[in-house]
Amino acid sequence: MGVLSQAFALVFDWYVLWVILASAVFGLFVGAVPGLTATMATALLVPVTFFMPPVPAVAAIVTATAMAIFAGDIPSCLLRMPGTPASAAYTDEAYAMTKKGYGEIALGASLVFSVVGGLFGTAVLIVAAPALAEVALKFSSFEYFWLVLLGLMSAIFLAHADPLKGIVSLLIGLLVASVGLDNPAGFPRFTFGNAELSGGLTLIPIMIGMFAVSEILRNVAAIDRPWEMAQAKIGNIFRGMWTLTKRYPAPILRGSVLGTAIGALPGAGADIAAWMSYAVSKKFSKEREKFGTGHVEGIIEAGASNNSALAGAWIPALVFGIPGDSITAIVIGVLYIKGLNPGPTIFMNNAPAIYAIFLVFILANLLMIPLGIAAIKGAKQMLRAPRAVLLPVILLFCVVGSFAINNSIFGVILMLGFGLVAYLMEENGFPVAPAILGMVLGAMLEENFISSMIKAEGNPVAFVTRPIAGGLAAATLVILFWPLGAGLWRRAKA
Amino acid sequence: MPGQKFGPAWFPGLIAVGLAICGAALVYKGAHRTAPWIAFPDWMQRAQSRAAVIGVLAGLLFYILAVDTLGFHITGIAIVALWVRILGASWRLTVAVAVLAPIVIQLAFYKLLRVPLPWGLLERWAF
Repeated sequence: MGVLSQAFALVFDWYVLWVILASAVFGLFVGAVPGLTATMATALLVPVTFFMPPVPAVAAIVTATAMAIFAGDIPSCLLRMPGTPASAAYTDEAYAMTKKGYGEIALGASLVFSVVGGLFGTAVLIVAAPALAEVALKFSSFEYFWLVLLGLMSAIFLAHADPLKGIVSLLIGLLVASVGLDNPAGFPRFTFGNAELSGGLTLIPIMIGMFAVSEILRNVAAIDRPWEMAQAKIGNIFRGMWTLTKRYPAPILRGSVLGTAIGALPGAGADIAAWMSYAVSKKFSKEREKFGTGHVEGIIEAGASNNSALAGAWIPALVFGIPGDSITAIVIGVLYIKGLNPGPTIFMNNAPAIYAIFLVFILANLLMIPLGIAAIKGAKQMLRAPRAVLLPVILLFCVVGSFAINNSIFGVILMLGFGLVAYLMEENGFPVAPAILGMVLGAMLEENFISSMIKAEGNPVAFVTRPIAGGLAAATLVILFWPLGAGLWRRAKA
Repeated sequence: MPGQKFGPAWFPGLIAVGLAICGAALVYKGAHRTAPWIAFPDWMQRAQSRAAVIGVLAGLLFYILAVDTLGFHITGIAIVALWVRILGASWRLTVAVAVLAPIVIQLAFYKLLRVPLPWGLLERWAF
């Protein structure tokens, strides 16, 4: 029990609790304002967490993202605009409920089942991550190579986009990752004699650019479109929630399980989990015809799903250093900076800190109940914050944050450049998540590839002769050729 | 690299091959379509949106070029004023935000987090 009491001591400290509360309020605000996303909240928090001890730094991100994913449902109900992409799947449904006079139930269900999903995902994280770490201890460079490749492949094929464009995005990310001296040979690549480039491109300014600046550009381009708020009378939001729980136990469980699983798969996070869960809910519902007309069932299932995905994404991030979604892609960088290097040994070397993070997950989800009620009640004031003030202040914050990582103006240049690149990519149907994953995992993929090649003396067969490596290789190939095979099968049948 | 079979060029080489294949595939897919080569998003037709996007990008460029000479305060006030105004706020709000935001952010990052934001022209009054 020594570890657990140490973990408690790490979390129940005034400073840490204060950080958790502050980041909860921040997360609720960012989540509730359309156009500001949970990933953006993470990117904006990094420069601040840079100066904190490990546990509060990670706690800030865990809390802010959990709150943001829930709070994204609030403007769905009131404005018909998702607060974060994770709410987009059921925005029309939630808004239809508000129009029918059931806004209170929609908001209550969003809150209650977000908490349920979040706690479910946390429970799986606590049980699965250490167990998986036991297995992962036996992995060699061959297994890691396939694992990273499998993660990159599933990021491409789970996204709702053209797989070809996903691969291009991934390759761009890998190319960015190969800049600098940090490669197995220690040879300067793509540095053009520039000292700023020889250390490699710093990821945090790039991510602030890709997730915050590109989003601000999109917001600014739509500045002349005013928000119209629907009226909802909000009394006791818990009324009827127990009835809903008894009526929809299967959707709640299914949403939580699917959400955790999608979260744990690399590259797909809360937004894709919500889309899939909403679709699954509709498919298995007894009242399928009511979907889209203001029916709460899909909101319950997908609302549980997106919050459980958040915790699920931490499983591969902690055990393998492979991010489960774009939030953990940023988190991994923070973990390295804080000396909590992800990998199977993290549960031995840093056990108190890891259990403290688990405790923060539980605490954040419980804290969501009182703060969520407050956010729902204060939603109208929050959504009245003028965008003309909000966006410039956030942008200045991005600039300073990008500068602060290396105290170099080069960070701001990177932020601007990659912000523009991300904006153009998304406008043309190239998903951004694979690029981010490529940047985060590029060094790991290359290192394991090269050292495997050297070990095998260039013989590719060695990559598949170890049993787990062979299994992972097969899984990678199945994912890679699944769309092609399915297409051919359909054509052959027709 | 001498003496090493798998040197630093291997990995970027593989990426290049992959990009070439994907690029060719995208060209092939696109060749059958009749859509125009370049299409502009509809916000470019709308005056306020166009001005706002250009203003944001110009402000960022100005910051990158000017911050070391002018210092964080002057540059920050200038670009925030530009952005707030161009997004449609009143002059009174513009002035209030443009003065307050850079000062608060400077205090938070410079004083609390010890980020060396440049003072530039105001170097003499640095604290």
